[in-house]
Amino acid sequence: MTTPVPAILAEGLTKRFGRLEVLRGIDLAVPAGRITGLVGPNAAGKTTFIKAVLGLVRPDQGSLAVLGHRVNGDERYRRQVGYMPQAASFPENLTGREVLAMVRDLRGAAVASDTTLLEQFQLEPELGKPVRTLSGGTRQKLSALVAFLFQPDLLVLDEPTAGLDPVASGIFKEKLAETRERGTTVLLASHTLAELEEVADDIVFLLDGRVRFHGPIEELRRLTGFARLERAVAALMRGDAAS
Amino acid sequence: MRTACKILGYQLRDIARNRWIIAYAVVLLALTEALFRLGGDGSRVVLSLLNVVLILVPLVALTFGTLYLYNAREFIELLLAQPVGRGSMFAGLWGGLVLPLAGALLLGVGLPFLFHARDGVVPLRSLLILLATGTLLTSAFTALAFLLALRFDDRARGFGAALLVWLMCAVVYDGVVLLVVALFADYPLETPLLVLMLLNPLDLGRVLLLLDLDVAALLGYTGAVFQHFLGTALGMGVATLALLAWTALPLALGARRFARRDF
Repeated sequence: MTTPVPAILAEGLTKRFGRLEVLRGIDLAVPAGRITGLVGPNAAGKTTFIKAVLGLVRPDQGSLAVLGHRVNGDERYRRQVGYMPQAASFPENLTGREVLAMVRDLRGAAVASDTTLLEQFQLEPELGKPVRTLSGGTRQKLSALVAFLFQPDLLVLDEPTAGLDPVASGIFKEKLAETRERGTTVLLASHTLAELEEVADDIVFLLDGRVRFHGPIEELRRLTGFARLERAVAALMRGDAAS
Repeated sequence: MRTACKILGYQLRDIARNRWIIAYAVVLLALTEALFRLGGDGSRVVLSLLNVVLILVPLVALTFGTLYLYNAREFIELLLAQPVGRGSMFAGLWGGLVLPLAGALLLGVGLPFLFHARDGVVPLRSLLILLATGTLLTSAFTALAFLLALRFDDRARGFGAALLVWLMCAVVYDGVVLLVVALFADYPLETPLLVLMLLNPLDLGRVLLLLDLDVAALLGYTGAVFQHFLGTALGMGVATLALLAWTALPLALGARRFARRDF
């Protein structure tokens, strides 16, 4: 039996910004087809790791492979990657429809577009308006639509529900579950642990640029002795449990 | 290349609707129209527009260019997370800025000349050289703006550096040249002055325009040396090539920095 290739494989990944060492040797294998929650205190290295996965940040040392492709400056692997940042920013004077056309055009995607979120978020009437006139929540919905549009093999989400109302947030979480059923890998950074508890299979806990825990949520609960994820992660932060 | 053109196309659509670009075109249009109405014939209007092109165009290109890149930072991140190469992204962003800025200049200055064409003779050659110089200055100073915005992570410092570059090129530089001439009056200064002139894109723009208009009084010291040694035709050729180099060099350095930087 062969071991399945991890969706993300990082080995000895380091990154320094000036004097600040943000990643201090990340060794991590994110399994394919699961939702992995990325947690940790501020400045733990979550965003830097996500940006390294997307090729936005170049690691100083170590190796990184995404969906079997080495991340080395070649952009082609990102055809299979969807990304939703914490705060979506699009050209202010383009309409939502033009933004979607632009991303579609740039991806040259042959895959059928997944527009179910367009209907569920009821975004159609907003698509004709310039982005600058859209509310923060509507921009975030548009960003979600862009991330899911091409049915990517890997979805990288950075605090995706931060600007969404409870209804939209619920729709989003249902969509995530449905996406996992289809075999998509999801890397989800979030401070909302209740949300992760609801959708994630595994947890990666980063602290001071290192992976302190990686495993299923159940294992974290068992290790720390806390049933609630919030308490379990707090215990990890205090150093009450070792990986 | 195809990706760069696609990005350029969408950036063009975005920036062409930007109210500051529209305001820039309207100001140029109002100014040119006012110069016509104040009794100037075509040649006089071109001469009056000379300083507008030399002062306003670099200022707008530098300030708008740096702010544009800072404001687009999150959007750049989002696009670089798509299967888009950094070289294409950089080329698309720059092209998407230069074309609307140059378009605003061409429309703002060109349209009034078109309206007044029936009133008298339009100095077509001078007008074309004015517009071409304005376009070259736009491309050179937007390339510099991109380089500065990529050099300084802090928006205030980058914007300050852009203003400083403009001040150096538009104001301080002439003073430095005069100082050099005064201090080293006993030495042969022609070659150093020719080199000094190549170091200031704004000065190159001025020489390019004035050589054509043949207004020796406005050429200044460096311009006179330029004309004396190179003649009008060769001088214009050298100035054009040097201005193109002022676009290519900052652009190449900016693209290198863009390719290597972390977002």
